[in-house]
Amino acid sequence: MSCSRRDFLKDAAGAAFVSSLPLSAFVVLTADEAKAAVANATVRWGYLVDTNKCTGCGMCVKACKNENEIPYDSPVTRTWVERYVVTKDGAIHIDSPDGGRDGFTSDKIRDEEIDPDSIAKAFFVPKLCNQCDNPACVQVCPVGATYKTEDGVVLIDREWCIGCGYCIMACPYGVRFFHPEHKVADKCNFCYHRITKGMMPACVESCAFGARRLANLRDPDDPVTKIITTERVAVLKDEYGTKPHVFYLGLDNSVR
Amino acid sequence: MKRHVLHPLWVAIGVVGLIFFARLLLVPDDFGVHGDSFTYNYHRLGNIEEWKDFPVKYQGTATCSECHNDNARTHRRSPHKRVQCENCHGPAGNHPDDVEYLPLNKERAMCLRCHADLGYPASTARSNLPAIVDRHHKRGRECVSCHNPHDPREDVE
Repeated sequence: MSCSRRDFLKDAAGAAFVSSLPLSAFVVLTADEAKAAVANATVRWGYLVDTNKCTGCGMCVKACKNENEIPYDSPVTRTWVERYVVTKDGAIHIDSPDGGRDGFTSDKIRDEEIDPDSIAKAFFVPKLCNQCDNPACVQVCPVGATYKTEDGVVLIDREWCIGCGYCIMACPYGVRFFHPEHKVADKCNFCYHRITKGMMPACVESCAFGARRLANLRDPDDPVTKIITTERVAVLKDEYGTKPHVFYLGLDNSVR
Repeated sequence: MKRHVLHPLWVAIGVVGLIFFARLLLVPDDFGVHGDSFTYNYHRLGNIEEWKDFPVKYQGTATCSECHNDNARTHRRSPHKRVQCENCHGPAGNHPDDVEYLPLNKERAMCLRCHADLGYPASTARSNLPAIVDRHHKRGRECVSCHNPHDPREDVE
């Protein structure tokens, strides 16, 4: 076996680099950090979507894009509305043109004409970030650019994100996308700048039908929390174990 | 120990030291575990404040009503009272400080978001709203040329 001095040096430097990476990941909690971990337990944001009330006007998508400076004509959005039309033969037709930004003004689904007499049921399902308790997107971030705040909202640090896209692949709900201007991952954060000022998220504010509502799950007197805790609600893709915190009333089995 | 062992060892130790030094310079002071979980709460603390400072654009109907009394009063009594001003008028932002006039969307497509008849069963919330078939009702005309959007029960004079 031969090993030149140059090769040996190269290998040694490489090994030292690799072995130092896990070392740098060890962080000891300071007293202040430990205190912060248990404090501020008075707020945990949740969200309630009543699919029975949604009319598919898409005002929420429009408001979200304007409020959060998401390029209006780019095919990306933090929230979107899906239309489901189930016909009597059991076929399910789904569409969401431009994420429902301009509403649903045509009865055609993907250029397909559907006979109104053949429709068994039709409904609209708004989707947004589920602000999971076990967010898969946060687990996979290699640089600590996305994280869960104490009030349960998952945020993205635009300064720190390197745009690798792992989180976009990891989210089982497909809510993450690549922001075309900031060149980082982006997603709904319940309008964090609004809810921390006592305002409602832009989508909740713009919904004329009360289909979208925000809840503080730690406040038992919150009217929306009461609905979530006392009525029959469902979450999306419960089997993934992500513990989503967007709850749905009237969720149909055909919704994916 | 032999020189060919010691020499690369010093190089290796130097590289490790260099990485720790670089980390000290590059990682901000507030970067760390801010919560109970290393997996979920490992981040830069200052970023939370950065998100809180993001500018608010939609101010809400209550804010609009402070100045626009007449329209607000009409709107409040109408079946459209649950529709926010900014849904049609656009986000107020810093109006009237920055922008004097908000661009008003009077397009037919705006009204059709709710009032297009899609022919769905009565169990669909959409079917409970007054609706028109776009290709049959006054094709191509602006709805607001006949209907008052602040109170759709009134006709436009």
